[in-house]
Amino acid sequence: MLTSRKSPLRFAAVAAIAVATTFGASAQATDITGAGSSFVYPVVSKWSAAYAEKTGNHVNYQSIGSGGGIAQIKAGTVDFGASDMPLDEATLDKFGLGQFPDVIGGIVPAFNIEGIAPGKLVFDGPTLADIYLGKITKWNDPAIQKLNPGTKLPAASITVVHRSDGSGTTFNFSDYLSKVSPEWKTKVGEGTAVQWPVGVGGKGNEGVSAYVKQIKNSIGFVEYAYALQNHIGYAVMKNAAGKVVAPTIANFQAAADTADWKHSKNFNLVMTNAPGANAWPITATSWVIMYKKPKNAAHAKVAFDFFKWAYEHGQEQARSLDYVPLPPSLVKQIETYWNTQYKM
Amino acid sequence: MSAASIYMRRRLTNVLAMILSACATALGLLFLVWILLVTARNGLSAFHVSLFTKITAYADQGGLSNAIVGSLIMDLMALMICAPIGVLAGVYLAEYASRTRLGTTIRFLNDILLSAPSIVMGLFVYVIIVLPMSHLTNGGISFSGFAGSVALALIGLPVIVRTTDEMLHLVPGTLREAALSLGVPKWKLTVQILIRAASSGILTGVLLALARLAGETAPLLFTAFGNNFMTVHPLDEMASLPIAIYQYTNDPSPALHSIAWAGALLITIFVLTLSLITRFLFSRKKVTYE
Amino acid sequence: MQVTSAEPLARDIDKRSRADARHDLIFHRLLKFCALLVLASLIGAALSTLWGGRAVLFGQGWHFLTNDAWNPVADDYGALAPIFGTLVTSLIAVVLAVPVSFGIALFLTEIAPTWMRGPVSAAIELLAGIPSIIYGMWGLFVFVPFMANIEPGLNDTLGQLPLVGKLFQGPPLGLGLLTAGIVLAVMILPFITSVMREVFLTVPTRLKESSYALGSTTWEVLWDIVLPYTRSAVIGGIILGLGRALGETMAVTFVLGNSYNITASLLMPGTSISSSIANEFNEAVGIHRSALIALGFLLFVVTFIVLLIARLLLRQLAKREGN
Repeated sequence: MLTSRKSPLRFAAVAAIAVATTFGASAQATDITGAGSSFVYPVVSKWSAAYAEKTGNHVNYQSIGSGGGIAQIKAGTVDFGASDMPLDEATLDKFGLGQFPDVIGGIVPAFNIEGIAPGKLVFDGPTLADIYLGKITKWNDPAIQKLNPGTKLPAASITVVHRSDGSGTTFNFSDYLSKVSPEWKTKVGEGTAVQWPVGVGGKGNEGVSAYVKQIKNSIGFVEYAYALQNHIGYAVMKNAAGKVVAPTIANFQAAADTADWKHSKNFNLVMTNAPGANAWPITATSWVIMYKKPKNAAHAKVAFDFFKWAYEHGQEQARSLDYVPLPPSLVKQIETYWNTQYKM
Repeated sequence: MSAASIYMRRRLTNVLAMILSACATALGLLFLVWILLVTARNGLSAFHVSLFTKITAYADQGGLSNAIVGSLIMDLMALMICAPIGVLAGVYLAEYASRTRLGTTIRFLNDILLSAPSIVMGLFVYVIIVLPMSHLTNGGISFSGFAGSVALALIGLPVIVRTTDEMLHLVPGTLREAALSLGVPKWKLTVQILIRAASSGILTGVLLALARLAGETAPLLFTAFGNNFMTVHPLDEMASLPIAIYQYTNDPSPALHSIAWAGALLITIFVLTLSLITRFLFSRKKVTYE
Repeated sequence: MQVTSAEPLARDIDKRSRADARHDLIFHRLLKFCALLVLASLIGAALSTLWGGRAVLFGQGWHFLTNDAWNPVADDYGALAPIFGTLVTSLIAVVLAVPVSFGIALFLTEIAPTWMRGPVSAAIELLAGIPSIIYGMWGLFVFVPFMANIEPGLNDTLGQLPLVGKLFQGPPLGLGLLTAGIVLAVMILPFITSVMREVFLTVPTRLKESSYALGSTTWEVLWDIVLPYTRSAVIGGIILGLGRALGETMAVTFVLGNSYNITASLLMPGTSISSSIANEFNEAVGIHRSALIALGFLLFVVTFIVLLIARLLLRQLAKREGN
């Protein structure tokens, strides 16, 4: 009886202390919030842990999807949004928003054919588009055989695997196919979710990797890190310059370097099918979206400080997660953009 | 057909039915063991102290402490919201509006609420709590553990209403008649006799609701939002186990997959323990009316 | 009122009964308020989906219901494939789960030795406590490969039958409507089982004993006495399971294959209302988002219709049995 009468009191005391410490903590450091792209979630959260240790400021980033990120920054519930698809001029102007890239990653075709090792299968854009259009249905199709003269391809049907959820990966992949195949552009087009002509859909990169691993003679597309960590076969690609390139960090960076950022306003540029000799054709980035006149200037200041810190000190962490840091030329442009566009 | 052959056929049918029903039970148990084993095998490798001491911000070098705390706080707050409302609404349906049109309507709509997609509940709370709060505080408070709790409460509410309603129907009418004939006012009858008589069943309903809401991800995404750092303040964005699991299963790192399975194992153990406790209470307090 | 009848005891009783009446009223109002809150939360949720989905629901009208395309690039959306997938997977789940639940309930109430009943029914109910994301992960990593191994067998056996053969022909991917239906069946099994078990126990012992005394077998007692006696409650339990199956999201999303198809084969991938929402909501903007919220509204409508049909069937049954 005594304990039961006492415990609410004790609970209240504990709760009061807990609340007090939280308030105390938030008085010293600044907590800011970001939301959006799941593509950048692993690296941004790793950065935020290191940044918190260094400065005490907490950057709480949650991956609710690019669409969610855009909606939340418009609603003013977060300090920054992150999207895998750039916003166009009209939208940016209408809401007074600005955007800049944060990190680069690659998307690779993955396959599961017995007897063919990772990196030993060559695709080019039009062939990949025809497979995803359902026009090429067998692995020993002349079009694939022509790209892989020495390889013995099975006479089996191809099972196409795609993303079932909306994603930046889908956006970049379908954008690439639109650039290399007029038929894809008219029949399907590009977007974070598209109407896939054939195939089965897996949820997330993880779902697609699992399906490709489980289904024999299948093909899919995943972010580079997933192909590496799941030990699934990834293909090499013939790029815009006509050269066969492998998905490597150097080749992703080559794509970012040769993309035409200088002529893009507000970094509104999708860098698939980049022209460089070594450019990996399906290279992607993600954009941070912030108000040009932020509601909460103190929070915005921390956000800029965070990304500045990440560009300078976050490269190692990015590489360890198989992302590619932005090339220095691009970082310089972004810093100029901050100084000219944002009113602090 | 001779009597003997009819008898044989009846015997045979009976034996067959017995065997099939034993097989059905074995099948059900097989699935349970299968799923639990898979969860345990994948989760145990990440099951060590740092799971409880480190926060999710450190990802593969971290743990789930903030998510565990967040889940406990939000699940508890959700129960504190939906248990009283649900029980009282259930009492209303069973005792006051059993055969009225309003009662029938509410009962029917409650069944629909039971199967409503959970993400819809999250959106609803986003519109009625998160957005207004954000406007009132000029962006200072938007997503919060409190909003998450309300969304979870909406998931648990229909379960409690339904079980309370059903459990009260099982209380025999003689009990009511006896009390009323003694001149006991109806509210006293309800609170002191009926709810008490059905208490173990109602408790089962509350814990069933807890089991259901403890594993929910979708209603939390746009309400509690998630947090990679530790917080116990109900008006802060709050971490939770389901969101951490959701996040980690979609990460390439195998270390994070193990943590996700470990988190799933935690939820399962939590729910299983609770249902064992309920069962224990239920069997001890079982009232018979024969 | 009659203060003149100055008997103090009567006055006391009078005062007390007035207080009781007041308390009763307050209590009644409190209860009613709580019940109305339940009503409000459903109406609120339904209205918020109606509002969120207005661009598609009112913009496209019936076309949204009859269109089988789902093209986010062209902003052309139809709800036919998701509704089809939701109904088919839920139907498979109920068809599979009901006989198994019935068997388990029979086993637990009539056959199993007493010491076994408690632990086994607890174990079956634990299935309800496993979070749905676990079902999804188990489905994706364990059950889908398992199904991929047995599907060629299905092709060769059930697939060769006349009429129903078409249902079981297709590539052995392991994922698809059938797999999703089976996972759902496992998920709703504990709900249906526990209701059946509970109501089987409410059948008066004298009824069963009379039947046994006439020489009935256990099966005949169950089939001819217990089941008719409890039929409406059993159907209630099935509705509970069906409701869960219709709205289930995570478990289905992982194993359904998620393509906007309407096929005769159960081995082909499909989609469902809740998995479409879960898949695409995060990245959707504009009309696409509106279409997904409109799907949420349609799930309310589908559930409403399914429950209504179930209720009418119940009433029909009650009428036929004359009670």
